[in-house]
Order: sequence, then structure tokens, then C-alpha cells
Amino acid sequence: MSQAIDSIHGDQGQLSHEPHVAHHFESAEQQYDSAKLGMWVFLVTEILFFSGLFCVYAVYRSLHPEVFLYAHQWLDKGLGALNTVVLIISSFTMAWAVRNAQLGQKKALMINLTLTLVCAGTFMGIKAKEYSQKFEHGTTWGASFHPHDNAFGETHDGGELKKEDMPPNTQLFFSIYFALTGLHGLHVLIGMGLILWLLVRAAKGTFGPEYFTPVDIVGLYWHLVDLIWIFLFPLLYLIH
Amino acid sequence: MTSIPMPEEGTLTTKPVVDETNYLKSAYGIKSWLLTQDHKRIAIMYMIGIGIAFLLGGLFALAVRLELWTPTKTIVEAATYNKLFTLHGAIMTFLVLVPSIPAILGNFVLPMMLGAKDVAFPKLNLLSFYLWLLGAIGFVVVLFAGDLDTGWTFYAPYSIRTQTAVALAATGAFILGFSSILTGLNFMVTIHKMRAKTMGWFRMPLLLWGLYATSVIQIVATPVIGITVGMLFLEKLFHIGFFDPKLGGDPVLFEHFFWFYSHPVVYVMILPAMGVISEIITAMSRKHIFGYTFIAFSSIAIALFGFLVWGHHMFVSGQSSLMSTIFSLLTFSVSIPSAIKVFNWLATMYKGSISLAPPMLFAMGFLFLFGIGGLTGLFLGTLNTDVHLHDTYFIVAHFHYTMMGSALIGLIGGLFFYWPKIFGRMYSHLLGTISFILIFVGFNLTFIPQFLMGSMGMPRRYYNYPPEFQAYHQWSTVGSFVLAAGLFTALWCFIHSLFRGEKAPDNPWGAVTLDWKTSSPPHHHNFDIVPPVTDPYDMDDVYWDEESKGYISRSQQAALQELAAGVSGTQEKNS
Ligand code: HEM
Ligand SMILES: [Cu+2]
Repeated sequence: MSQAIDSIHGDQGQLSHEPHVAHHFESAEQQYDSAKLGMWVFLVTEILFFSGLFCVYAVYRSLHPEVFLYAHQWLDKGLGALNTVVLIISSFTMAWAVRNAQLGQKKALMINLTLTLVCAGTFMGIKAKEYSQKFEHGTTWGASFHPHDNAFGETHDGGELKKEDMPPNTQLFFSIYFALTGLHGLHVLIGMGLILWLLVRAAKGTFGPEYFTPVDIVGLYWHLVDLIWIFLFPLLYLIH
Repeated sequence: MTSIPMPEEGTLTTKPVVDETNYLKSAYGIKSWLLTQDHKRIAIMYMIGIGIAFLLGGLFALAVRLELWTPTKTIVEAATYNKLFTLHGAIMTFLVLVPSIPAILGNFVLPMMLGAKDVAFPKLNLLSFYLWLLGAIGFVVVLFAGDLDTGWTFYAPYSIRTQTAVALAATGAFILGFSSILTGLNFMVTIHKMRAKTMGWFRMPLLLWGLYATSVIQIVATPVIGITVGMLFLEKLFHIGFFDPKLGGDPVLFEHFFWFYSHPVVYVMILPAMGVISEIITAMSRKHIFGYTFIAFSSIAIALFGFLVWGHHMFVSGQSSLMSTIFSLLTFSVSIPSAIKVFNWLATMYKGSISLAPPMLFAMGFLFLFGIGGLTGLFLGTLNTDVHLHDTYFIVAHFHYTMMGSALIGLIGGLFFYWPKIFGRMYSHLLGTISFILIFVGFNLTFIPQFLMGSMGMPRRYYNYPPEFQAYHQWSTVGSFVLAAGLFTALWCFIHSLFRGEKAPDNPWGAVTLDWKTSSPPHHHNFDIVPPVTDPYDMDDVYWDEESKGYISRSQQAALQELAAGVSGTQEKNS
């Protein structure tokens, strides 16, 4: 009976001609193409998932431009820019890691994956610092938005925020800020988990010129996460 | 169930025989089902799961109908009534109709129609079943712990204010959305990458065009409902305020998001059904399908146009009249591809030699009911009539003609069509015919009165009503019980077939697509040798064989003979 069960558990079924090729594929190429197309389609769904929030952003920014102009000054452009740089570097190391996997350079692969992971961690660290600032100031989402006195005064780039200038519905900005960056942060965390998984498999020597699909598709995912941030940064931090 | 053998604990003396040529016998034990990656077994698990959900949703519907027997309280309190129709709607849409045909019939036949051994991602396929199950459990928990009274539409701001389990239901809907996306993704990649070598796009059976168009919608629309229920969840738990006017939000924005998904999703329900109908009508009329390319492209057109009409649900929401006019115009345009299909089916039947076996009865029922459902859609797409009809029983009747009368009848017809292939058993045509008659009569009896009272102004979702509507409500309730009797007859017909049915031939209907060119039930890996790809509707390819009481494919026979003679031509040995 266990034999019978093994044979339905496809992956290493005795039917496949090459290792890593599941029984229902005819060739490694067909399998690779399928995985890659599958990942692209998945990325499309990710973009649409975020697009709901981008839509909310567009609607409320066009309805209440003054809220965005005022409230964005609470965000720290410096930290935002730093995070952008960190993520771009991580995309670079990730792309390099894919190359390493294709060439079978195990050590370089592990180094690059580790660097990517470090960058992602740095990003989350900086994000956490920004979040904690918001909580200290009481500038959080929706119903919980009650800016304390310490929230007003000098801004990060030398301007001045006055309490009496605050437009109505300012809480909407922070609802959007937390929803967008929170969802993005969640994706970074998932990405970190995936990269960790790649690292473990890389250490076992799974990847090489014959088989690098997981590195490739996690790479695609990571670039998307990076790209979304590249949109978030100007939309939230750089408003004129 | 005799044809799904499972060893009984302890009593087993001889091991059941493992038979690779029959997927039902290729492995035994509960684990070989629960952990299977075989698309055919996953299809059967979906069949059971969706069947149970359908039963539950149906019982809620009967309770709603009973309550409406009298103008005032009949059997339940008003609050319970709200919960009953909400759960009915939510279960029927999210748990039954959205997954139904793709997950059951699509899963079973898609790889076989392509000449493939499985879908591209078997593990994801299994995951998507378990996500469905998780979502279903979520809804059952909602049922017992907290209830839901928002209607299946979750409209804000009521959904924000109500004390019922909106957050949990939103989580359930989110998980179900994930399941739907994974199925769509899997099918799309499978169709792109796993077609038999000589199968071009225009040699694909039309069901696959329908499933492909469906997966486009699932992939593009579902993430949007995902984020929408996600926002609703944040609204409930953290009062984020996107849809809450008290916090500067806009409830109409929720309606836009909701219908951006929920209009296209009606095509997720109908397109696969249309695919099934295309297969049934050509096989049962013994004629090549009329207008293959038109039917194929109209599926794609419906999928694309379907994204541009959501505003027709919001004509009275205060959206600008310019927008309403444009949405109205686009709504009319989307009915063109649907009509193209209907005309092509009729032309296929014209001068065909039509068999009135149960699948064809359901297909013809579909034509009739979809005709009514689609044409009444035009009344609703017209701005001035919709102002009168919006939120009345007319809407309820319209979408039941399309969702139940068309999508679900398509599923049942498809089950009658593919049943011999799935379980290798024939069923009683008499029982099938009786079930069809009961379903068809019961259905019309239920919903024609609803059209009438709706056009007279009876609002939907009301607990009490003026006495002059009582006769209509009572006819409708009687109809719903006839309908239920018909559905139970169909169930009985299927169960009876499992135990008593004659052994089915490989190809009882004379269909030409590849899924009929394997044994019934199919080989564990679908085919011993992948049959040659032909025009999927070339009826000359098959002939009736009195001995096996089924049809035999000439091209397949020729290929096998060639192979036997050692001249392996274009064939490829499969396992
Ligand atoms: C193809 C299958 C179809 C399905 C499954 C379907 C389903 C539905 C559903 C579920 C609703 C209302 C839901 C609610 O308010 O809770 C609805 C409303 C509507 N349908 Fe359809 N429909 C279909 C075809 C059509 C067609 C072909 C048209 C027009 C050409 C159409 C036009 C409309 C309009 C205008 C409304 C909104 C009416 C209102 O709320 O005032 N539908 N449909
Ligand atoms: Cu619609």
C-alpha cells in the first residue's frame, strides 16, 4: 500500500527521466516554463491585490488633497529614502544570487542570499522605528488617530506643523499609510521566510545549472516587493 | 460506495488489488484520497464537499421560502430570517457556484482534454482544495458562533455596524478567494504549457476556452475582492475608516470594489457552464459544433467586457448620470457575445440527430433558462427600468435564472454527461429524466412568480409583505419544494448508479475530445498512450460499436494498430 501511495506522490516517482522533474512533465524545460509562467501570473494577482489600496489612495487623495499635503510632513523622508536604497541593494544581491545558482556557485549563492536577508531585515528594522514614532505621536489610523502635542512643531525637513492648521479627515492619510506599508511589510516578511528556505536548500547543494527554478521565482517575487516600495515611497513621502 | 473501495479496518484478509488502469483502484486507504495529487481524485473530493455545501445552502433557501408563506411571521423571527438569506446567498455564491464547475468537472477533464497526465501544479491543486475546505469551515463557524445578517453583499456601512460575525466571514471569503485564484492559475498554466504536442489553440475543446476565460477572470478579479474583504476586516477590527462615513470614508467606494469583483464573478459561474453546454450539445446532436471560433472568442470577449460593467449594480447609488449611461451601454454590449453563443448552439442542433438523454435535456433547459435570465438582464441594464426594478424580486428572479437556472443546471447537466467517465457506471435514464422535469418545472414555478411580484414592486430581503403578494409567494414556495424534489431525485439517480449502474463504455455519447478516448474510469495517469489529436468535433472520427455499447475512435484505432505493427509514428509512449 505504501508503494501505491508513493507512486501518487509524484515528485520523485520512478517514472521521471531526470531528477527534479515531476512525473507529469515531459521535460525539465516544460517544468521550468510552467513554474515561471505560474509565478508571473501570481505576480499579476499580487499587483491587483495592492491596486485595491492604490485605488483607495487615489480616491482619497483627489477628494482631500490638503490632508495629504499636511499629513505627509509627519513622515521621515530620510528614513524612507534610506529604506529605498536598502531594498534596491537587496534586489541587486537577489539578482546576483540567481546568477550564482545558475552557475552552480554554491558559496557565492549563500553569501548573496544572506546579504539579501540582511537588507530585508534592515528594512523591517527601519520600518519598525518609523512605526514606533507614529505610535508615540498618536498619529495612527482611523478611529485611533489622536495626535499628541509632541506630534506638532518642527518637522523632519525643518518646516513647522501647527495643530490649528490640521485639516479634517487627516486620519485617512494614516489609515492609508498603515494599510499600504503594513501589507507591504507583510510581503517583506514572507519574502524573508522564502529566502531563508532557499538558504537552507542552497546549503544542501540543491541548486545548480540543472535546477535553479526556486531561486529564480523567489527572485521574481522579491523584485516585485521591491518595486511596490518604489511606488509607495514617492506616493506617501514625497508629496507637493 | 462500491466503486470507491476503501479497506475496512481489521476485517481485511486479502489486500485489495492495485490496478493502475483505474484511478479509483490505483491506491487504497483514506490517505490515498486526502493526500492525493491526482486531479481526478481531487475533483471527487470537491464534488463531495461542494455537494454538502449545496445541501446546506439549499436548506436555508427552503427555510426562507417557508417563512414567506404568510405576510407576517410564519416560522422564524425577523433577525433569524436575515441570517437565513445571508447564509444562503453567501454559501451558494462563495462555496458552491464560484468553485463548482471548474473545481469538479474542470479538474477532472481539463488535463485529459489536453492529453496531459495532470495539471501543471498538482500540489497547488490539493492546496486549493484544502483552502476551500478551510473557508467552508469558516462559514460553518460563522453559522454557529455569531451569525451573519448583512446579505451576501456585505454592504458598508451596515456591515461595519452590525454585531454579527462579519470579520470572520470576511476571513472565510478571503481564504476562498485564494483557493479560487490558485485553481485559475493552475488551469491557465496547464492550458498554456501542457497541451499535447500537436494540439494548437484551435484544436482545444470549447470547454477549455471557457475554463481559460474563467481563469483570466479569477486571476484579475479575485485579488480585488481579497483586498476588499481585507479592508472590511481592518474596518471591523481596527476601525480604519475607508468605508465609514464617520471617519471620512465612503461606503459607495465599497460598492465599487465589491462589484468590480462580483460582476465578473458571475461570468466565473457562467463561462464554464457554457463550455460544458458546448460539449454536450455537439455530442448529443451528433454534429460538428457550429461556429467554433465564434464560441471560443466570445468566451474571451465576455471575460474582458465583464470587467467594464460593474456600475450597473449602482445605478441608484448616486453615481453620476454620465457614468451610469456608459455602464448601461457597456452592459448591453456584453450581451452580444452571450447571444452569439446561444445562436451557435441552436445552429449546432439544427438538423442534428438529437438524443434526448439526460445531459441533453439539461443542456436544452439551459438554453431556455439562460435565454430568460439574459434577456431580463437587459431590462436591468436599461437605466429607467432599473430604477423601478432595482432591489425588487425581479432582480432575485433574474440572477437565479442565470446562476441557478444556467450555471447550476450546466453543472448538473455536466455531471450527467461526465458521470460514466468519472465512475465508469451508467445511470438510469428514467430517473435522470424525472429529475430534469421536476427541476425544470419547479425552477420556473419558483421564479416566474418572483418576476411578476418584483415588477409590481415587491422588494427583496423583506420579512413581511402586503397581503396582495401572498399568492405569488406561495406559488414560489411550492415551486421551491418541487425543485428540491428534483434535485434529490438527481442525487438518488447518481447514488443508485454507483451501486447498481451498468458498466459504462469508454465513450457512451460519441464525443470526440481526448477525455473520451481513455478507459472509463480513466487510467491512473489518464492515458496508456496519448491518442492522436484530431478536430475535437469531427463526428466522423467515431463510430458506434454494438459490442461494447459505445463509440470507438477511428484515428485512435489506427494509431494503436500502427504502434502494434512496430511503426511508431508520431505517437509517444506515455508511461
Ligand atoms: C451570465 C450570467 C449572469 C449572472 C450569473 C448574473 C447575476 C447577477 C446577479 C447576482 C445580480 C444581482 C446581485 C445583487 O444585487 O445581489 C445581477 C444583477 C444584474 N444583472 Fe445579471 N447576471 C448575468 C447576466 C446578465 C446579463 C447578460 C445582463 C445584461 C445584459 C445582466 C444585467 C444585470 C443588471 C443590470 C443587474 C443589476 C440590477 C440592479 O441591481 O438593479 N446580467 N445579475
Ligand atoms: Cu452585473
